[in-house]
Amino acid sequence: MSRTSQYVVMSLFAVVFLAPLVWMISASLRPEAKVLSVPPQFLPKDAQWDNYRQIFELIPVFLWNSVKLAGLNVVGVLAVASMAGYAFARLRFAGRDLAFMVLLATSIIPGIAYLIPQYIVFRQMGWVDTQYPLWVPKVLTPVFATFLMRQSFLTIPQELEDAGKIDGASTFGIYRRIMLPQTKPALAAIGVFTFLESWNDLFGPLIYINSENLQTLPVALAQFQGEYFTQISLLMCGATVSVVPVIAVFLFAQRYFIQGITMTGMKG
Amino acid sequence: MSMATTTPTRAPVVEAAVPNHAAEARRARRRQNLVGWLFISPIVVGVVAFQFVPILVSIGASLTDWNGISAPKFVGIRNFTDLFGEDPLFLQTFKNTIYFTLASIPLTIGIGLVLALLCARPIRGVAFFRTAYFAPYVTNVVAIGFVWFWFFQPDNGVVNGLLSQVGITGPQWLSSSAWAMPAVVMVSVWQGIGYPMIILLAGLQGLPTEYFESAKLDGAGAVQRLRFITLPLLTPHFLFLLITQFITSFQVFGLIYVMTKGGPGHATSVYIFNIYQNAFSFGKVGYASAMAWILFAVIAAVTFLQWKLQKRWVFYS
Repeated sequence: MSRTSQYVVMSLFAVVFLAPLVWMISASLRPEAKVLSVPPQFLPKDAQWDNYRQIFELIPVFLWNSVKLAGLNVVGVLAVASMAGYAFARLRFAGRDLAFMVLLATSIIPGIAYLIPQYIVFRQMGWVDTQYPLWVPKVLTPVFATFLMRQSFLTIPQELEDAGKIDGASTFGIYRRIMLPQTKPALAAIGVFTFLESWNDLFGPLIYINSENLQTLPVALAQFQGEYFTQISLLMCGATVSVVPVIAVFLFAQRYFIQGITMTGMKG
Repeated sequence: MSMATTTPTRAPVVEAAVPNHAAEARRARRRQNLVGWLFISPIVVGVVAFQFVPILVSIGASLTDWNGISAPKFVGIRNFTDLFGEDPLFLQTFKNTIYFTLASIPLTIGIGLVLALLCARPIRGVAFFRTAYFAPYVTNVVAIGFVWFWFFQPDNGVVNGLLSQVGITGPQWLSSSAWAMPAVVMVSVWQGIGYPMIILLAGLQGLPTEYFESAKLDGAGAVQRLRFITLPLLTPHFLFLLITQFITSFQVFGLIYVMTKGGPGHATSVYIFNIYQNAFSFGKVGYASAMAWILFAVIAAVTFLQWKLQKRWVFYS
């Protein structure tokens, strides 16, 4: 294939993959009457920036919920998974390998099998219509992330750890100050994945959250479209705002994201 | 944790104090065990509380008639016999899921391969194209579902607008029981392509170059090199993708929820959607749990089969 024809083919594909996203942004800037004009207008001449002023009167609370939950999930998963990954890779203790095998084995059971009883338990605990079910169980069960962290800790040379021991550092000190900084690429990959998974989660917020002031942005768009986002242009504003942080994180951390995929094949 | 107790080279020095040493070693081992379990205690507590116990409850619940509130009533395997015997919706959602899976997997992996091959050639701007193809993958299904919902509007949607430009009258898409599923499959492929592309791209970049050089010397053309060298060497990646794509496709939910809510009628109602409705809308917890375990059995069986059949086609160099 010649270089020119390769560019033509690649550009055609790029149009197919980007056009719907470009349309979403352009629809968000159109006056309502012209949202569905045919042929589609991809670059609106009379951009309605006021649409965004209107949407930002509606969504700050949803946006905040999404940001808060993503933050809790990322910090929690990184802490829990890196500690467990360190122990499985570098510490010797009775039952270590058995515990690791059992953890991995649970990951083959499809989530739906335990999500139903989980819901019932959380309802007993009064956790329905709170945000706890959207981060507590996720932060405490990061099996894939632990696997990835273990792999990462295994590659660190023993001398580093020994140096820390000679200096008399505690096990936690060695983990926190000497070993953890060596695993930054793995931490970044897991962080990006966890952020995306939390931000884009549909199932959890859908079954657990009823109150609008607790809902995440993407799910609020789906749940309250009839109440708040009655105009398509406003809905597309909301959709755009829900996508922009994710694309920004992705552009910024693409390298780690791709590394994460190819290292474990885990999915966002 | 002290190194002295575990380092055998120190042994001759402390030989005189054997009883003491043994006690010290025991204490150190206990301490090591305690520290290790402290490090893994958050995830162990989490997996036991949020996965193990619910899994046991779910197995038990699948044998009961239970609404999740009042006391469960043991019914043996009746949920399972009802599902296979008297629930037309179960069979239909099962068929719909197989339709979705069989249509989306070859398209996702096939087009993903084409894009990976395109991105593997070192040309200027390749990073832009790779990012463009990948962008839908990181975008949430609600935003994507909305956009495509409007694209597929029969009268004023973009898709039929484009079709009419080339003289085709487009179908009713999401409101047609024949065309709703193809529309959902198309969107799912469009969104999901980035994943196989990245996996195959990593595979392509890791291929040993010697094979290609000697094939070139032997006069093999580009198509022959693709057919006889590249594709066989990528078969481990194809196996990995087949297994993972099957598991995710068989559990598709989000896109369907946003775009069609399973409709029109039950034309796009898939397996997880049916479980979701039974468990969370109709309060049939026992019944839904039985469905979840059938799903597990299907996924486990197909994954096992794919693993066993790999000898026939997967090539390990």
